Amino acid sequence: MPDEELAVKSAPPPGARRLSRRRMLVLGGLGGSGAVAALLTRGVEAADPPAPSAPATTKALAPVPGDRTSVLIRMQDDLQRAMAKPIEQRKWTMVLDLTRCIGCSACTVACKAENNLPPGVVYRPVLEEEIGTYPNVRARFTPRPCMQCDEPPCVPVCPVAATYKRPDGIVEIDYDRCIGCRYCIAACPYSARTFDFGLFYTSSAPEKAPYEREPSHEYGRSWTRKGDSSPIGNVRKCHFCIQRLEAGMLPACTTTCVGVATFFGDQNDPQSLVSELIASPRAQRLKEDLGTKPKVYYLM
Amino acid sequence: MQATMPQSRPSRPSLGLSIAGVVWVAALGLGLVGVVLRLATGEVHAGYGSYIPWGLWVAAYVYFIGLSAGAFLISALVYVAGVKRLERIGKLALFTALVTLFMALITIWFDIGHMERFWEVYVYGNPSSMMAWMVWLYTAYFLLIIAENWFALRADLAAMSRQGGLRGVVGRTLTFGRTDVGDEAVQRDRGTLRVLGTIGVPLAIAFHGGVGALFGVIAARPFWNSPIFPIAFIVGALASGGALITFVTAFFWPDRGTQEHRDLVSFLGRMVLALLALYLLLEWAEFSVGLYGQVPSESDPYRQIMTGPYWYVFWFVHVLVGALVPLAVLLLRPRSMRWVGAACGLIAAAFIAVRLNVVIPGLIIPELKGLNTAYVEPHLSFTYFPSLMEWLVLLFVVAIGVGIFYAGNKLLPLATGDESEVQR
Repeated sequence: MPDEELAVKSAPPPGARRLSRRRMLVLGGLGGSGAVAALLTRGVEAADPPAPSAPATTKALAPVPGDRTSVLIRMQDDLQRAMAKPIEQRKWTMVLDLTRCIGCSACTVACKAENNLPPGVVYRPVLEEEIGTYPNVRARFTPRPCMQCDEPPCVPVCPVAATYKRPDGIVEIDYDRCIGCRYCIAACPYSARTFDFGLFYTSSAPEKAPYEREPSHEYGRSWTRKGDSSPIGNVRKCHFCIQRLEAGMLPACTTTCVGVATFFGDQNDPQSLVSELIASPRAQRLKEDLGTKPKVYYLM
Repeated sequence: MQATMPQSRPSRPSLGLSIAGVVWVAALGLGLVGVVLRLATGEVHAGYGSYIPWGLWVAAYVYFIGLSAGAFLISALVYVAGVKRLERIGKLALFTALVTLFMALITIWFDIGHMERFWEVYVYGNPSSMMAWMVWLYTAYFLLIIAENWFALRADLAAMSRQGGLRGVVGRTLTFGRTDVGDEAVQRDRGTLRVLGTIGVPLAIAFHGGVGALFGVIAARPFWNSPIFPIAFIVGALASGGALITFVTAFFWPDRGTQEHRDLVSFLGRMVLALLALYLLLEWAEFSVGLYGQVPSESDPYRQIMTGPYWYVFWFVHVLVGALVPLAVLLLRPRSMRWVGAACGLIAAAFIAVRLNVVIPGLIIPELKGLNTAYVEPHLSFTYFPSLMEWLVLLFVVAIGVGIFYAGNKLLPLATGDESEVQR
């Protein structure tokens, strides 16, 4: 049972259940939005899961271990420990519990907003599959961030070495170097890379909407999309929200995950939640046979 | 592709030539619209996207560069292997290799997101990337082919420089003052050509094999990930490039209809027949093995090629127009210049279908189930048809190539040894 496992292994730190209002606000701030704080507060208030009232053919979501704040607080602590270490000692890892994902695509939207992504550029779509036939049917939702492969097939193919693995394992793109040949897109087995064709959501409006004139904060810089300057004409991808990690925040997809299906942390830290989760017998990686060694695990 | 080429003798402007001229100007004009659109709006109007990241331009690039490698290897038969009966087409083959290479390079230049950064491949080139190697190798090949063209044409240019008019100006300009046409100088050129050609053969094989390897090494795409690609690319280059040379020799030769010309075209025709047959054998191996296992990731692209929405690219353009008809013609009319030339024209033109069916089917199968519907926005699609801008840019490249070839054929002594040409 996934939740027993999670509950036992990820026992919340002492006092986490009785979160102080101050800490909650801090967490909300770190989460990057008041909405998250509100969500968390609701989570605490509704500590007991509602009684199942669904028809017999559906199954209620398993209860969140402890409560959803305890998971976020724990990952927040994991993040802070990791950031205190030298970069080469971190190994950022994401775990996605597919039995918890409800397919709401909040992560996709949060990622779009956080990274100010234009039309056609998506870092984390959620794949939807329907398995079986009624009444024995289920939906499977698979969020697909960049796998941040340990053996990334996109890296050696780049003709100008514009994409490379950072010491902490995140595969980065140098927008100023990338010539836009898209060979890395062809080489990625997970279709995790998209090309910035230079589209705008509000290009047919009399004036571009202000949010489209805002920069995206990627790879330590602010990039304003304009004319044909980078990142237009470049390949783009998920980078685990490096800009947020550096500010002590979890990735946008993680803090916005409604079903608490996204977990993030440092695999090199045995105390971290993700280290526990990837030891689960349910943990799998996509296309393991290709030898890419993804740092994104799925609890199937 | 060659439909717009004027087919009359350059010295006698005819109705055909005038029509061809009008078609050419129209093609260039329309093509320019596409180029302006590409330069002004980037790749917004491209039909390809992030799931099918390569399209018509990449296929056309592979096609043109294959024609170039093939034409070059034919020229090496003259300058390296010393095949006497092909002696007279050496320069024509070299010049064709140069023009098609130029066409390939502009096509791929339009395909990259940051055209102004192409130089980075030379400065920051990544030795583990097949693409970097391909760029380095075709640059070396480009320089070599320019040098070869010059050494092959120099003596004739020197003779031409004594003429009046535009040809004299061209001759005087392009010889760079090296106007010695003595036996010793000509022999020296010949020796240089042998050396350059000898370097060029492995270079042409390496870079076109490298283009095949560029696709072959991608483990993420089971359709591409095959060791037959580098070999099939080289054989395909020889077949298509050889066919182009045969077409050009059949219809653009100054003294058409002589016994010598008939023998030359007939010999080239038989060579192309053998090369095309060899290519089809490799293709059979590729398709039959790929389909047999019924592993979806591997066999689905072949099914799409044969029964998908663009089945006609394979069955009509490639199998019928590019293989069966020309094979029948080459077998049944091997001594007719016109038939052989036309058959080879078909092979050369239709080979674009082969290139399209390498590039695109490798990309059309979603790598993850449900990806096609996961997030729907422009440029996130698993179907592809080239956009108008892509067609127009290709039209521009073809018009430029045809124009350069026509001008070169008119102004440069590409087919010497004939009475109408300059005498040494």
